[in-house]
Amino acid sequence: MSGGGKQHFDKVVFKRPDSLVDVKTHFCPGCHHGIAHRIVAEAIDHFGMREKTVGVACVGCSVFLYDYIDVDVVEAPHGRAPAVATGVKRALPDHFVFTYQGDGDLAAIGTSEIIHAANRGENLTVIFVNNTTYGMTGGQMAPTTMLGQKTSTSPYGREFSNDGYPIKMAELLAQLEGVAFSARVATSSPAQIRKAKEAVKTAFDMQIRRMGLSVVEFLSTCPTNWGMKPLDARNRVLGEMIDYFPLGTFKERKQADFV
Amino acid sequence: MRDMDKTNTDVIFAGFGGQGILMVGNLLSIAAMEEGRQVTYFPAYGVEMRGGTANCTVVISDDEIGSPVVGHPRACVVMNAPSLEKYQSMMSPGGTLVVNSSLVEKGDVKRTDLSVLFVDANEIARGVGSLQLASMVALGAYAAKTGVVGIDTLCGCLPKVVSKKYEKFIPLNISALKEGASFA
Amino acid sequence: MKDADAGTVHREFVKGNEAICHGALAAGCRHYFGYPITPQNDIPEYMSTHMAAHGGVFLQAESEVATINMLLGAAAAGKRVMTSSSGPGISLMQEGISYMAGSELPAVIVNISRSGPGLGGIAPSQGDYFQAVKGGGHGGCRIPVLAPHSVQEMYELTMHAFELADRYRTPVMILGDAIIGQMKEPYTPGLCEPPGPIDKPWATTGCAGRPRQHVKSLYLKDDDIERHNWKLHEKLQRIEKAEVRAESYHLEDARIVLVAFGTAARVCKTAIQWARKEGIAAGMIRPVTLFPFPKTLVHETAGKADLLLVVEMNTGQMVEDVMISTSHHDKVRFMGKPCAMPTPDDILAEIRLLAGKTS
Ligand SMILES: Cc1ncc(C[n+]2csc(CCOP(=O)(O)OP(=O)(O)O)c2C)c(N)n1
Ligand code: SF4
Repeated sequence: MSGGGKQHFDKVVFKRPDSLVDVKTHFCPGCHHGIAHRIVAEAIDHFGMREKTVGVACVGCSVFLYDYIDVDVVEAPHGRAPAVATGVKRALPDHFVFTYQGDGDLAAIGTSEIIHAANRGENLTVIFVNNTTYGMTGGQMAPTTMLGQKTSTSPYGREFSNDGYPIKMAELLAQLEGVAFSARVATSSPAQIRKAKEAVKTAFDMQIRRMGLSVVEFLSTCPTNWGMKPLDARNRVLGEMIDYFPLGTFKERKQADFV
Repeated sequence: MRDMDKTNTDVIFAGFGGQGILMVGNLLSIAAMEEGRQVTYFPAYGVEMRGGTANCTVVISDDEIGSPVVGHPRACVVMNAPSLEKYQSMMSPGGTLVVNSSLVEKGDVKRTDLSVLFVDANEIARGVGSLQLASMVALGAYAAKTGVVGIDTLCGCLPKVVSKKYEKFIPLNISALKEGASFA
Repeated sequence: MKDADAGTVHREFVKGNEAICHGALAAGCRHYFGYPITPQNDIPEYMSTHMAAHGGVFLQAESEVATINMLLGAAAAGKRVMTSSSGPGISLMQEGISYMAGSELPAVIVNISRSGPGLGGIAPSQGDYFQAVKGGGHGGCRIPVLAPHSVQEMYELTMHAFELADRYRTPVMILGDAIIGQMKEPYTPGLCEPPGPIDKPWATTGCAGRPRQHVKSLYLKDDDIERHNWKLHEKLQRIEKAEVRAESYHLEDARIVLVAFGTAARVCKTAIQWARKEGIAAGMIRPVTLFPFPKTLVHETAGKADLLLVVEMNTGQMVEDVMISTSHHDKVRFMGKPCAMPTPDDILAEIRLLAGKTS
């Protein structure tokens, strides 16, 4: 393979989404954040909303969202993305606004913000990436950490008697009236990725139709902090993670009930 | 004003994560402590580690040590090419540069005012028994070349940095240190 | 100076963050609450590994807001409690710190500070000086602040912090930075006495055999809140009188006196050693307590020296306390480097300049 300039082909069958910036990411090998980024960018392209989109980045390994997705981005304090997004959306109601948050960000420090944004039925889309750990800070326990999982702050394995149970956010949020769409997807096989794309498109569509808050939880990997090779990490998602965090759609509103 | 006295010195170890960079830095520090010296050790931390690089700085002195971080190191042990690129321009004139020539092109060393030692660390390590020992080989070479601590002290301190699980590899580490030392 | 005792005294080689844990455990702290943030993660990680073996409680909270309130609860229950964090997390704790100061609750809060404002970065910084020293919380809350500059002091000042906290019934802050937290150097455990057990008759432990009592900061009746403020003020005055600590480094004959704390002070020491080799009479005041600030020492020294050079890893904060301490404003100079370590060479160059030397 020559490392030279780009080759020319007659017909384009696959390309980088326009909304995905052509740079190398900082993600570790085998990390699924990159796949989720691509899916989000494809959905933005699909609806042709690149110039009318404002993203809200969280604090975590995905904080560099602004380097990778070619839209305007506001950085929120740790956990506060749904509140920041609320502010943006209320100021620019005709724009498309999404947050992209990790599990420490959304399900620990930011629980209050996500619950209340959801309960208000804010027209926002939330991309929630669950890798059962705090990636950026070096693999500490998250609220989503599995029972028995060893992390740097649960060195003997998570025990429910001290730390409770892994929290199922997609199911929990589905209970709230303000939520229009809640689904859990994974990106560990081509079939799962196809379903994830559909879910994200539906979630975006909900916001466009002003149906309420839409959330897609991605089961993701963190090979670095799990101490696993990329393939083993992928298999962990397919195995114990999906066993505990079932994939599927937990809520899909058909008709807005507050127009 | 800054004495180039061999025993009051500072050194940066740099390479890939997984090459044992932090461990050899720790070993050198503990050996210096055992010899009754003042010593500080400062590792790269946090997101700096992402992307698979590792480095640490060790300062050894007979006086109270000020900064544990140095802008112009008096010695560097570079275990891969990116580390050479990053550190060679920063080094103090006359400093000691130990280069892992298994992974670094000799021609990439551009400075002419340094005392340079090329060590085929990966090859030597493989000969001793494991590629994992390459940094240990380089540490042996550095210590022997500069005389900053005794090779015997380094060997004696190994149990303090090697975890119980890897205790059985201590003899191999000793061989690696000595092979490196004989190279200097 | 060669460490003469090296052969006999037991020295451990640990990170500053870990020395804090050793100090806390030695001081009898058995309740630690925290939330991950770089560059202090070694502290919760160490506590999660070792607290259980000491029969204590380690709990990772869902946020720093929750953390500080868990601390409030356990402190009200009469326990020795500690948490640690860095800039963004310490900001979130300010509400709880103010409540604890108002409720007169002892606790140790460690700030291994990093760059700001906002998310800033993880580089070392002394940008949290104002927040720590002037009372980051609302309502006139101020708490003692200790600034270690070595791994040894990370250990000793943590013990001392627990002692101050209990003696004055106040939260106490340890203000370190990424360098002092992440670096390893030898330290000697057991050089100072851990604080002994202390009676806490005010604690809310259940009113068996006594009238009920409260831990609170709300005072609505008459002029209760004014009285409460005067009481807290009087306590701060006692602390200012009795608890000032500072290191005098080559001060006796110094013409140029540096003022620096924490990591910046370490670098200054090297610069001063070099300056003295060149025949420049340089020295340093190193505040160990940032609040209370060593005002008298600064004032007296300013009277004698030619110049004071304040060195900070920010754009100028402690220099204001130096100005308040002395009327010799014309003698005060400042050198700042936000979010990075100044090098000894930089500081030496400045000292030479001030000494009128251009070697
Ligand atoms: C108030 C506050 N507390 C703590 C932190 C430190 N911090 C940065 S990222 C992060 C969590 C990252 O984990 P997660 O949200 O699961 O995302 P991931 O990195 O795994 O993608 C934390 C705790 C912070 N920046 N601000
Ligand atoms: S640390 Fe984990 S979550 Fe972060 S980029 Fe690496 S693999 Fe992904």
